[in-house]
Amino acid sequence: MKVKPEILNSKLKYNIFDHTADLGLEIYGKDERELFSNAAFALFNIITDIKSIGIRENRHVSIEGSGREDLLVNFLREILYLFNGEGFLLKDFSISRLDSHHLTGEAKGECFDPDKHRINTEIKAVTYHQVMVQKTPQGWKGRVICDV
Amino acid sequence: MSEIKMQRLDEYRWMIPPVEGMRVPGIIYSSEKMIGGIGSDESPKQVANVAYLPGIIKYSLAMPDMHWGYGFPIGGVAAFDLEEGIISPGGVGYDINCGVRIMTTTLQFDEIKNELHDLVYSLFSNISSGVGSKGTLKLSTDEEKKVLREGAKWAVNNGYGSPDDLVATEDGGKMEGADPDCVSDRALERGKQQLGTLGSGNHFLEIEVVEEIFDKKVAAVFGLESAGQVVVVIHSGSRGFGYQVCDDYLAKMVKNINRLGFSLPDRQLACAYINSDEGRRYFAAMACAANYAWANRQMLMHWAREVFEKTLRKSPREIGMKLLYDVCHNIAKIEEIPIDGKMRKVCVHRKGATRAFPPGHPALPDIYSKVGQPVIIPGDMGTGSYVLAGTERAFSETFGSTCHGAGRVMSRARAKKASRGRSIQKEMADRNVIVMAAGRGTLKEEIPEAYKDIDAVVDVVNNTGLSRKVAKLRAVGCIKG
Repeated sequence: MKVKPEILNSKLKYNIFDHTADLGLEIYGKDERELFSNAAFALFNIITDIKSIGIRENRHVSIEGSGREDLLVNFLREILYLFNGEGFLLKDFSISRLDSHHLTGEAKGECFDPDKHRINTEIKAVTYHQVMVQKTPQGWKGRVICDV
Repeated sequence: MSEIKMQRLDEYRWMIPPVEGMRVPGIIYSSEKMIGGIGSDESPKQVANVAYLPGIIKYSLAMPDMHWGYGFPIGGVAAFDLEEGIISPGGVGYDINCGVRIMTTTLQFDEIKNELHDLVYSLFSNISSGVGSKGTLKLSTDEEKKVLREGAKWAVNNGYGSPDDLVATEDGGKMEGADPDCVSDRALERGKQQLGTLGSGNHFLEIEVVEEIFDKKVAAVFGLESAGQVVVVIHSGSRGFGYQVCDDYLAKMVKNINRLGFSLPDRQLACAYINSDEGRRYFAAMACAANYAWANRQMLMHWAREVFEKTLRKSPREIGMKLLYDVCHNIAKIEEIPIDGKMRKVCVHRKGATRAFPPGHPALPDIYSKVGQPVIIPGDMGTGSYVLAGTERAFSETFGSTCHGAGRVMSRARAKKASRGRSIQKEMADRNVIVMAAGRGTLKEEIPEAYKDIDAVVDVVNNTGLSRKVAKLRAVGCIKG
């Protein structure tokens, strides 16, 4: 596998796979919490260069889901709205509560500034198509497909 | 579900026989040349999946430009019973009423040749396009709700175009049953900023010229007089507003999926009974998005007219930019369609498909009554478009529907890879097409080889009689998001 700049401490947070019309994301984490925060990282690192985002504001996020997979899609839908609806770019997500039906936490980042941030890929929607969350011997793995 | 088996019915149709939970068969319109490519993605499975949905009538259809989509395939068409049937956001798509309109002019290419670069540049700088593009207009919530209720009529009432434009728009540019109270605050918020913007991806505004006329009589009725005539094509939709409506209702329906009493082969097919509170609410919100899209295209057209007048220093009369027609590509509608010879009100989902009503249909404006509904099929970037006419065959066989475009064959990522190191703008210029794009990646994602051959797609619908070829247009200038 090609080593990409988004790999920090030589630990793979996510990988992009090709999908007919759109963009597939495979996300990894040593536990569920890390899986979800890496998913947030992946989404915003695809939208822009996450290194260009500063931390100036927090947004509270609280969502529900009927299970882990539903929760993952709903989480990503929610934070995608922060950008698509409110122009907020997320740099980091800290989780305060996570079980199979709830997720609560804080999104940290700043509002989009065309002089500072460049939008690389417009993610239009996060879909339920082939969504997967799995515990593997190496940790947790999730998969989600985005409409771009 | 086991592997999809397809049986060839005739030269242009393949059937997926009903197996397991499928309520009806699937029928795919294609050709010997294209069917191989179709088999390689999951779209035939998606045609089969749609056949699981309650209340589906006769068959789950796919047009020859079919490719993989969320839930329904792109190019998917299905009709549902109003009592027992469902309505599905995945059967309409995220970009509700993504559609296309075409305007004729009285100009010949020779008259604009020298100013073509200025025209494209001026269109590009006057029309907001690109990722998350915001318009010059900021709507109040009250005003936005008027847009949602009135569609293109709102635009005309506010000085964007004339009442004649509404006559030449599918459904008069206003879908009945729109209720802004069924729309979330989030959708309203997104909608406020983007009215009158082109968007990104495959959306475009193109200057084209008539290249070939296949049916002189019908072409003349459509205002397509001769080769070299300049026309303008606009392809855009309901922007972030439509996406948010789809996203909101999809989430609600996924949540309620277990209450429906039947199982779905794909969560992205989440739906509600048409005759249920949730189904009615989705329909009312979807209609708002459809109206938003019509107002949007109406405004884009108005600005295109202004740019032509200013750049060419000619009067509106000298340019004669007249709306030929505007069609939806992503929509669910309650329509009266012949089912086994009898007229019946049904809910037709067209996802990446175009309505193609026959001559004499009451929904057509008087001027087109004798020749059938104009159908506009845009090709891939810089290739050009086709104008077709609706037929009786489409009305009785495909719920009044035909194809909508070329259809993607290559993922965006693969297209980017294939175009690495190439200047797509220059390649286009070599083909005598001036292209300007807002996004760095858009041109690479939209390279011509990422799409099916539009000629092959149109031949299938023409040869099966689902619509009739009227004219072929060639692109000369293009602005992309």
